[in-house]
Amino acid sequence: MPATSVNRVVEREARVYLKLWRGLAFSTFVAPVLFLAAMGFGLGDLVDQNSGDVGGVSYLEFIAPGLLIASAAQMASGEAMWPVLAGMKWMRFYHGMMASPVEARHIYAGHLIWSGMRACLSAAAFLIVGAVLGAIPSWWGVLAIPVAALTAAAVSAPLSAYSAAQENDISFPVILRLIVMPLFLFSGTFFPISQLPEWLQKVALASPLYHGVELARGATTGVFDSSMWAHVAVLGVYIAVGSFFGIRTYANRLSP
Amino acid sequence: MADPLVVARALTKRFDAFVAVDGVDFSIDRGEAFGFLGPNGAGKTSTMRMIGCVSPVSGGSLSVLGLDPADAGPAIRARLGVVPQEDNHDTELSVWDNLMIYGRYFDIPRAEIRERATELLDFVQLSDRRDSKVDPLSGGMKRRLTIARALINKPELMLLDEPTTGLDPQARHLVWDRLYRLKQTGVTIVLTTHYMDEAEQLCDRLVIMDRGRIVAEGAPRALIDTYATREVVELRFHTTDQQAAALVRLEPFADRVESLADRIVMYTPDGDKTVAMLTADGVQPAAVLVRRGSLEDVFLILTGRTLEED
Repeated sequence: MPATSVNRVVEREARVYLKLWRGLAFSTFVAPVLFLAAMGFGLGDLVDQNSGDVGGVSYLEFIAPGLLIASAAQMASGEAMWPVLAGMKWMRFYHGMMASPVEARHIYAGHLIWSGMRACLSAAAFLIVGAVLGAIPSWWGVLAIPVAALTAAAVSAPLSAYSAAQENDISFPVILRLIVMPLFLFSGTFFPISQLPEWLQKVALASPLYHGVELARGATTGVFDSSMWAHVAVLGVYIAVGSFFGIRTYANRLSP
Repeated sequence: MADPLVVARALTKRFDAFVAVDGVDFSIDRGEAFGFLGPNGAGKTSTMRMIGCVSPVSGGSLSVLGLDPADAGPAIRARLGVVPQEDNHDTELSVWDNLMIYGRYFDIPRAEIRERATELLDFVQLSDRRDSKVDPLSGGMKRRLTIARALINKPELMLLDEPTTGLDPQARHLVWDRLYRLKQTGVTIVLTTHYMDEAEQLCDRLVIMDRGRIVAEGAPRALIDTYATREVVELRFHTTDQQAAALVRLEPFADRVESLADRIVMYTPDGDKTVAMLTADGVQPAAVLVRRGSLEDVFLILTGRTLEED
């Protein structure tokens, strides 16, 4: 029964997505591809002419996995804020689900899984375009798909736990501007974090985005080392800790 | 007689220091329409949410469909139909999609949901709106959709929390009509309301709640006969001074006299006779109304307040 209930929540999210996908497709797929083209070719030529390469690969190859993961994280963070509060408070559809065998923890888990699935979809589309543009040198690149899902879940787990406990969306734009956007820029996405001052490197190291980007870059360039497991572990910790709180905030809100 | 569907003993709900439901006892039989009547804040919704297994019991005991909500919540909810106080549809989606999605929460196969959704939209008279989005629907239509949705799993027990609050009279009568038909098909209905006419029309039996407690229980007519009188005279005056002056003279003409902010209510077996007597006595109200005793009067007599007060 519990697994079924989680599936039903995922099914609902998918159905809503299918109805509204045209609007959502731009932000999750078209925008990162435009970024890739503009920065990979426009900026990339300049970078490559000046330094030869970035960490052994062309700039286009360097930022492709960064953009892939950063857009997955951005999508997941958006999904973990307004839609969660809509379900809890504005449209209250989560309360509707609660009148069925579905329980609060299933709603939380279903939301998390769906964020991961959406990240897979846009990562796959991005990889195809990236490969055509010559940005994905290795076939191991397909592993960037599960990495995108893992990163999306690592972002969504704590953030949706937080959103579920909010009374209004005042803090959401602040989170986007002061946390999500800086991480988007400074997590090894567009340049190696070794370029950052030391204290900022530490901040980047703590962010799930950095670990997702490192994993995805290993995959798309086909270069793996033993640190990969540490990156996976950090993302796992984000998911585990986020879920610990999420299951509680969802239950407190939906079945007080 | 079969076992009751819902049994509550000393049922209590606390939110930190606040006691929303303060040790209530009731039982609801299969096939009856049972009501919780009371003003806002009486504890009706909290009680309903405990029966609906979306709010843990703080004290006492509760059994729903013979099961304990504490450990059988999902199993119980699978057999309930819930119409909450606030509609909670996926408003960006169509009427049809809302029913399809909702049916899936109960793990009903899609083909079966389609079949039932078609029937249910017909039942709530929304067949012509099946492809429109929920958002632009009127309040009454949304309510009817909520009722259709609540029936998708063929529930044994329907829980309706303030089903017609906020609806205009016509929309409300449509909802009542559908609920009345449901009742005839043998579905057990539990509803909360602060409208005494709703309680009188729909409920076989009800409890009157006030400040977390049950103050009276019985069939609507029996409650009126027990606590109120057959007829009621309402007097209105131009000024509160006139009302106060008249009040002291009215005692002999009725079984009971209540003074409210805007009127005096007199309980009597024969309204016309009472009016004749007080007119002869020289009392000159601005307006006089003689009506039958109602549940509103039962509430007023038991609590000294009206249902509309907070």
